[in-house]
Amino acid sequence: MTTRTPSGTATGRFSRSELMVAAAAREIHDGELVFVGMRLPMIAFGVAKRTHAPGATGLFENGVIRDTPAPELLYTMGDPPNLLKASYCGDMLSVMSLLQQGRVNVGFLGAAEVDRFGNLNTTWGNRNGQQVRLPGSGGACDIASLSQRTVVLLEHNRQRLVSRVGHITSPGNGTGYGWRREQGLPLRSGPAAIITTMGVLRYGEDGEAYLASVHPGVSVEDVLSNTGWTLRVADDLDATPEPDAAELAVIREIDPDHYWTKS
Amino acid sequence: MKPGAASKLVSMQRAIDEHVPSGSMVTMGAQLEQMIPFAAGHEIIRQGRLDLTLVGPISDILFDQMIGAGCVSRVMAAWVGNASAGMGYCFRRAVEMSIPRAIETVDHTNLTLALALHAAAMGVPFMPTYTTLGSDLLKRNGNLREFSSPVNEERLVAVRALRPDVAILHVQRADAAGNAQLWGNLGVAIDAARASRKVIVVAEEIVAPEVIASDPNRTLIPGFLVAAVVHEPWGAHPSPVQGYYGRDHAFFHEYHDQTRELDGFERWIKRWVAEVSSRDSYFKQLGDSRADNLRVREHALSVPVDFGF
Repeated sequence: MTTRTPSGTATGRFSRSELMVAAAAREIHDGELVFVGMRLPMIAFGVAKRTHAPGATGLFENGVIRDTPAPELLYTMGDPPNLLKASYCGDMLSVMSLLQQGRVNVGFLGAAEVDRFGNLNTTWGNRNGQQVRLPGSGGACDIASLSQRTVVLLEHNRQRLVSRVGHITSPGNGTGYGWRREQGLPLRSGPAAIITTMGVLRYGEDGEAYLASVHPGVSVEDVLSNTGWTLRVADDLDATPEPDAAELAVIREIDPDHYWTKS
Repeated sequence: MKPGAASKLVSMQRAIDEHVPSGSMVTMGAQLEQMIPFAAGHEIIRQGRLDLTLVGPISDILFDQMIGAGCVSRVMAAWVGNASAGMGYCFRRAVEMSIPRAIETVDHTNLTLALALHAAAMGVPFMPTYTTLGSDLLKRNGNLREFSSPVNEERLVAVRALRPDVAILHVQRADAAGNAQLWGNLGVAIDAARASRKVIVVAEEIVAPEVIASDPNRTLIPGFLVAAVVHEPWGAHPSPVQGYYGRDHAFFHEYHDQTRELDGFERWIKRWVAEVSSRDSYFKQLGDSRADNLRVREHALSVPVDFGF
């Protein structure tokens, strides 16, 4: 299965999740307001802050705002290290209000399922034909509805990248271009990228996702056969840049035991 | 105590007995992953309450435990699971298989739940928002209604006010009259206290009224809203209390591993709730070395502010 493994992994240079963290970090631009979320994006925020986006500010829906990455690995956004030396600790509405105003540039989400138009499902899953109750939205629907750009991270397989989600927990582009406007969602909002274990998907003018880059060592055929719809491929398909030494150093400083970045 | 400020200090057993009858709508876990009132939830389970409606943005594993124990008939939440480990298996068993009983789920988002409490705290029937437009949450949750803005042509969602019977809030410190100070991430705690008919404050420390009065900005729940004050150190374990103890990550993962199957949950709840009559015996079972690992390693005191004139 070496073709599905990033080349770096084969030589032990970095894991797939480290590659995803670096890709996620590059979605954050300097000076931006970022709705950070949990797990890999928490590390990505630290990477962006310490490399190309020192002026980014992190918002957490529990009420925390940080100008610096947390000093220790976080398991949840409410972990004590995330509050220590925060620039602000307040209530949920004080950060969600910034999101609703349209001030938040980019928000990160995970999902059980994402579809060709970037709609997300974290409410009802399907395992071997059985309906499985998942935890629900949390703040995901809010972030997907209201942030200028939404970036999703998830494992790439046909169970997760589906033609149509069974339940729209968090709206993407609905049924295509124009749908968000019809629903009344803010004009400057919507899905921007899907970072998977195999590549990075972005959205065309019609609101449908296409393959923009493949991770090192992954073939386009692999991506297509692991996607639950006929995925379009960019004419100028790129290879996802490998994490550089500086990015890897920060990732491993934040997550030294590879709790979130093992595989 | 100031003259006229009667002490509301009671035991956890009495607070739950008096203020959380079966059928209540209870909001807990208002500060998200911090300061979850586990001790209160466990006492509710021990007292065998039924048909509760649980309200909260996320609750980490507390709601899962109360659902598994059969106390709950309805959950109004944004997220029910295990924040660092994933699924809540009792929640799944209840929704998918009605084990131990069927529950109704009313799916919110963090923002809509915050707005529902905020509306009640403001004394208005709803709050407007853009979130959930286009989602299936809007279609399935009757407390979210689309409407046209009366001041422009925008479409909005009205989030119906939610007025719980009781809010149970874990805080760092309070005085005996219920004036409560908390710090760190506040989640929906302030609105939960104001929205609810009654408030139970569970505090790590009971302090003199002078301590509270020295920093009134930090008093987020005024005492007159509070029906009962419970002094329960470590009452939020395994969730963290900033400045008091950290999050017991392993405990959440052990719960995840041990409650995958129903019999595993039954063993877990027997060990950690049913056979533990008080928080003291819970703490003994936890063990000193485990608690020591969670204690504050390095204090980080804020610089005092000056209220002088």
